[in-house]
Amino acid sequence: MPKTPVSFNLNGVETSLFVDGGQNLLDALRRGVGDLTPKFGCNQGTCGACTVLINGRPLLSCLVLASSAEGDSIVTAAGLADGPNLHPLQRAFMDGFAAQCGYCTPGMLLAAKALLDRNPNPAREDVAEAISGNLCRCTGYAPIIEAILAAAEVMRRSSRT
Amino acid sequence: MAKRKGRGFACINYPIGMNLGGDPSQALVHSTPDGKFMVSLSSIDLGQGMKSVTRQIAAEALGVPVADVYVDTADSDTGPHCMGSFASRGTHRVGNAVIRAATEARAQLLEAAAEELEVDAADLDTDGQGNIHVKGAPSRSITVADTAVAAQFRQGRTVSGRGIFLIPPSEANPETGEMTPVSCFAHGAIVVDLEVDEETGEVEVLELNSAYEVGRALNPKLVEQQLVGGAWMGISHALYETTEPYYPSREHGPVDFNSYLMPGPGDLAPHHIAVIERPAEDAPFGGKGPGEMCANPVIPAVANAIYNAVGVRCDELPITPERILRGIRANGGAQPGGVRR
Repeated sequence: MPKTPVSFNLNGVETSLFVDGGQNLLDALRRGVGDLTPKFGCNQGTCGACTVLINGRPLLSCLVLASSAEGDSIVTAAGLADGPNLHPLQRAFMDGFAAQCGYCTPGMLLAAKALLDRNPNPAREDVAEAISGNLCRCTGYAPIIEAILAAAEVMRRSSRT
Repeated sequence: MAKRKGRGFACINYPIGMNLGGDPSQALVHSTPDGKFMVSLSSIDLGQGMKSVTRQIAAEALGVPVADVYVDTADSDTGPHCMGSFASRGTHRVGNAVIRAATEARAQLLEAAAEELEVDAADLDTDGQGNIHVKGAPSRSITVADTAVAAQFRQGRTVSGRGIFLIPPSEANPETGEMTPVSCFAHGAIVVDLEVDEETGEVEVLELNSAYEVGRALNPKLVEQQLVGGAWMGISHALYETTEPYYPSREHGPVDFNSYLMPGPGDLAPHHIAVIERPAEDAPFGGKGPGEMCANPVIPAVANAIYNAVGVRCDELPITPERILRGIRANGGAQPGGVRR
């Protein structure tokens, strides 16, 4: 099967690669580009580990055809930090011990970022709703919810100054 | 028809590790030429924090800053043998092996420093900040980094250590059947408050209150993290998870996360935890590690609370709405407070 060229903006960098017709974006990011932060969990859209932001929306990259990402702007967990400065969500996850094995963490971070981008002052229930498509086996979710609420507060404070 | 509140209680004495045939773990520690320390293990950190805790244990036993210790895990080609990360044995078995390896490396470190300072190694101590000094004379000192350089480039001496910790197999006494299968127990107790809808059989966990005795909490945040996450998993086992809902019939078994039920972030109950520290004699710096007992007592506590709420005694897991409703029907209706005979 012929390969298709596709170009998108990945974490601020214009990126082009050849993809197979049926190849999903998760596979293209991991094997094509070498960004291993989107995780392969179920490959059928039920675990959330592969969540990335596409044009600002949290989407499951295992359910997105790579060839359909032409011209899109994609953010993965690799694009959250600004050089050595961690994103407030990353900092809050670390400070709040919101990761154990860490496999769900990149997807959680991006689901949380999408939430905070559209709602800087979420209630606890909003946070639970926003990460309800992301499975975590270790933490019992409570530390993740606390970390997202803590990051939201930090981001609100820094946006006021 | 109403929602019935129930409270259930359960306790656990949890054996740390196992010894059927012996239960060993090993560790190797060596100094890099710049005075950092590498701990080589084949033990696996599955998310419990073994990498963090063995790093703390090594730093403490070596007498150097935690930042100067690196832990390499999970490769049986490059790390010495470990039985594995199961039976809540990681902190206890691997931690003890790390202490032994670090103690041997520390002795070599102090001998190398003694040669540089021209004193007896027995008169030396570390300050935990990267320096070695003569006891009572802190100004007569040398850095760990300089000692490592001196040992490895001038003295021709290694700064390394080997450690193994083995709980030997315990044979049963042929007369009495007595044996000592474990050397160390951790303990816990949990109270579960929940609500059962007697019309639908649905259970909502309202609150958890627990106390856990873990020896010494070597890393209190990691202990809390395990206890919170483990209790969530216990609720999941009690009320949701199964691969064979109609065992021994294989029908209706889940095949993916769409049909394998687990509570989500919207189904959490507040969990108040008291950690009781009673350092264990044969444990590394007294720490036993919480491990599997985070999840286990939650299950009988939930079952007891359901009995207390509607009088249904379930002895099969998970305790699904269907099982509760069948039990209520068999009892001729919900019997809050338990069945009175």
